[in-house]
Parts: sequence; C-alpha cells; structure tokens
Amino acid sequence: MGQNGKRVVAVTGNEAVAEAMRQINPDVCAAYPITPATDIMQRFTSFVSNGKVKTEMVLVESEHSAMSACVGASAAGGRVATATSSQGLALMWEILFIASGTRLPIVMSLVNRALSAPLNIHGDHSDGMGARDCGWIQLWSENAQESYDNMIQAFRIAEHMDIRMPAMVCLDGFIISHSIERMEYLDDETVKNFAGEFKTTNPLLDIENPVSYGPLILTDYYMEYRRAHAEVMSKVSKVVLDVAKDFEKISGRKYGLFETYRLEDAEIGLVVLNSAAGTSKDVVDEFRNRGIKAGLLKPRLYRPFPYEEIGEALKHLKAVCVLDRADAFGASYGPLFMDIASGVYPHKNGPLLINKIYGLGGRDYLPEHAETVLAELAEIAKTGKVKTLREYIGVRE
Amino acid sequence: MKPKGWKELKPGAVVTEAGSAEKFKTGSWRALKPKWKEENCIQCLFCWIYCPDMAVRVKDGKRGEFNYDYCKGCGICALECPGKKGQKAIVMEEEGK
Ligand code: SF4
Ligand code: SF4
Repeated sequence: MGQNGKRVVAVTGNEAVAEAMRQINPDVCAAYPITPATDIMQRFTSFVSNGKVKTEMVLVESEHSAMSACVGASAAGGRVATATSSQGLALMWEILFIASGTRLPIVMSLVNRALSAPLNIHGDHSDGMGARDCGWIQLWSENAQESYDNMIQAFRIAEHMDIRMPAMVCLDGFIISHSIERMEYLDDETVKNFAGEFKTTNPLLDIENPVSYGPLILTDYYMEYRRAHAEVMSKVSKVVLDVAKDFEKISGRKYGLFETYRLEDAEIGLVVLNSAAGTSKDVVDEFRNRGIKAGLLKPRLYRPFPYEEIGEALKHLKAVCVLDRADAFGASYGPLFMDIASGVYPHKNGPLLINKIYGLGGRDYLPEHAETVLAELAEIAKTGKVKTLREYIGVRE
Repeated sequence: MKPKGWKELKPGAVVTEAGSAEKFKTGSWRALKPKWKEENCIQCLFCWIYCPDMAVRVKDGKRGEFNYDYCKGCGICALECPGKKGQKAIVMEEEGK
C-alpha cells in the first residue's frame, strides 16, 4: 500500500480494466469472449466466482446477445458493464444504437482490434471507428493507467443525470491490453465513493410505476428524438471536464478532452490516438532537442468530438499530420483526419494538414516513422507546399 | 393535438404513462372488417383471448360488439372462431362495402 491508499502495480491493460470493474462492482455484466478483450471478462468472472463483487454475470452465446442483455439489465434499472473487441463490436452494432437511443448508461471497454477479413487479432482502430457514430460516448486511452482511469470516469460520465448515455473506453489490443506496465490503482473505497450510488431513470423493475421501452417512432417524431440525442451529446464535454476535475482530486492525474504535448508554441504537430502517442512524444522530444518546434495532440473524448476546442488548440501550427490506425479504403481520408480537418476548417490561417495511415492489423509503429513524418512536416512548414495529402506508413511496396 | 417539439420528449422514448396505448386509435389501419354473427356464437371467448389488441368487448363474461377504434382487421378472431355447426360467428368483410 503506497501513500494515500494508492497501490503501485505492474499489470496489463486488461488487468487494469478488470480491476476498475471490480472496484465499481456493477449490478450486471453480460459478455462473450473475444480476443484481445477476453482476458478482461475472464478476470472479472473470477471476481464474480470468488465473491469479490456482487455482480450478476450473464454468459451469453454471442455479442449481439451480450449487448441485448446489457440493454435489458440497464432498462431494468441496473448499473451495467461489458467488454468486447473487433468482430464482437461489429456483431453488437445493431444493439449499440438501441442502447444509445434508449439512453441507457452502459459502460463498455473496447479493446481495439482489426476487423476481418483478412482475419487478424491485433491492435487497430477499425472497430471503434466503425462505431464512432452510434451515439455512444467514446474515451480513448494511451496506456494501462489511462484505461483504468477512463473506465472509472466513464461510469460517472455515462450515468450523469444530464447525460444518461452509454460510454465506450478504448485501448489498443495487445500493445496495451497484454503488455505489463507500471501504474497506480486507487483504493476500493475511493473508487466506490467516486462512482457513487447508481441512480435509476424509469427502471422497468419499478412495478409501482410501469413503463414501456422501445416504442415505434415513425416519421412524425423520429427526427425530434435524434435532435434531442444530439443535444445531450453537446453537454458531454462539460461533464467530462467536471468529472476529470473530481478525478484529479482523488488521483492527482489531470484529464481533459484531449492531451496536448509541447503544443503551445509548436509549429509542426502530430495528432494521434492511443498507444502510438507514447512513441510519438519521445520523438517530439528529440525534435525539440534539435531546436525544431514540434508538438502533439492526442484526442481523449473522441465522441462527441470537441471540434471547436481542438480547432483552437491546433490553429497556430503551420503543419499537422493526422495519424490514422484505421483506413477508409480509398474512399477518403482516415476517420481521425476528417474530424481534425473539420475542427481546423473554420480557421482561415490554420495549419496545412496531411494524413498518414499506420499500424493496421497491429503493424509496428516505430520511432523512425514519427521521425519521417515530423521531418516531412518541417519541410511543409518551411515551403508551404504539401506533396502528398494522404499515404501509408510502413507498408511494403 | 399539436405535435411536441424535441425539447418536450421523454428521454429514450420511454413511455411512462401506463395504458396510454388506449389513446392511439389504430382502427384506421383496417382493410378488412370482422363482423359478429351473434346467432352462431357459442360464447367461448376465443376471439377475446386471441385478439392481439383490445377490439373484442366483453361485459359480465359475455361477448359484446367489436370495438372498431382498435380493430386492425387482422382476421385472427375469425380464424379462431369455432362458431356453431360449421357456421362461423365472425366473418371478415371488405372495409367500405
Ligand atoms: S380482426 Fe384482429 S384486431 Fe380485429 S377484432 Fe379480430 S382479432 Fe382483434
Ligand atoms: S370465438 Fe366466435 S363463438 Fe367464440 S365467442 Fe368469439 S364470436 Fe363467439
């Protein structure tokens, strides 16, 4: 036991997420195993079997059923959590919209993995990107610590009375889910108090006040419900920041809508999600040591996307490269690029943007990749000329 | 009734008023109309049990007239009706005839 009841541990990302779930102690979890998220629920079911949590564990026959059971349990009035990856998330897709459209604050960790075909089990953001517009809140995490911290905060954000929306916590498959890192756990009591008692809204199990879920809403009202959903999403940023403030008090760790690294006076910058941000920061330091003003921005709240805030944070740069670990198959730029471009768009003298697709199917993202990109950005900043708007990193010709 | 704007909606389209389906008259969907022939009726109340809506009225345990405000004309009652001596007590007729 370290100071203030914090425990310094060496654990994998999956272990950290399972520990956060144990400390939150949800009422119901429904899950189906899928690599690389399997380990989270495997550990959590041990907690259930060993009486460490009072959770009702529902082992279902598919992810479609897992999310359906989560929807039912959440509508019934329980605090609900699950975990998945890749094909599992794809199979949940139909029910993801039902969870968000019905305003059910389910929390799910998504261990990011490439989508089939070809079959691949490694870290890639295609799964999370495919579900970015399903009405869920998405928090992305660089390492095990952030995965743990985001998981704990996700319950507060999703369950906030102004929000009541499901939230997904993303972490990179294998790179984070299966690598051991040094990190800090909070003590059980602190997490329990932070998460607070679960408050219900229109629970199905309240038989004194009968309610119906899932009515048919046709042309006369569907658009109004969608407009109302968008309105709720517009309030998420504020809640995320408020929850982060409270979280800082218990953990000493600061969180925002995104992280900026040496960006304030930067001329060139990288924008990258999750684990690749760690590698990139080292290379940013190297460039700074050589007198080149490099910086980095790592989005955390990816949905709803803080367009204005990110536009403000990037507008003074000369050149920015957005790195996407998901492809759009020649139809357009990577998904992160399109969001960053939309954020920067209102700023007339904003940075020149380029897009690189990297790390698909778990392909290594190495310091030399970041070096090549930053060198290209330095050249663009100097000449004001972009040679290639979009290309792949580390692919064999 | 003036339709509600998006700010007035219940979160997640949850219906919090029990029995409010009564306000939604679905009879206008009907293309075929069931007709009750009381003379063939044996009061088995199969029609009342099988009707997916609340379109078969029963009072004091006795079969009453159809409630056409809710009858969608699905024909289930007519199919299930045993009637008397091979004569159905419910027949479906084309609406508007
Ligand atoms: S036609 Fe269908 S809806 Fe109408 S009374 Fe018969 S069973 Fe009910
Ligand atoms: S099912 Fe036919 S016989 Fe039975 S109560 Fe209804 S109308 Fe009468």
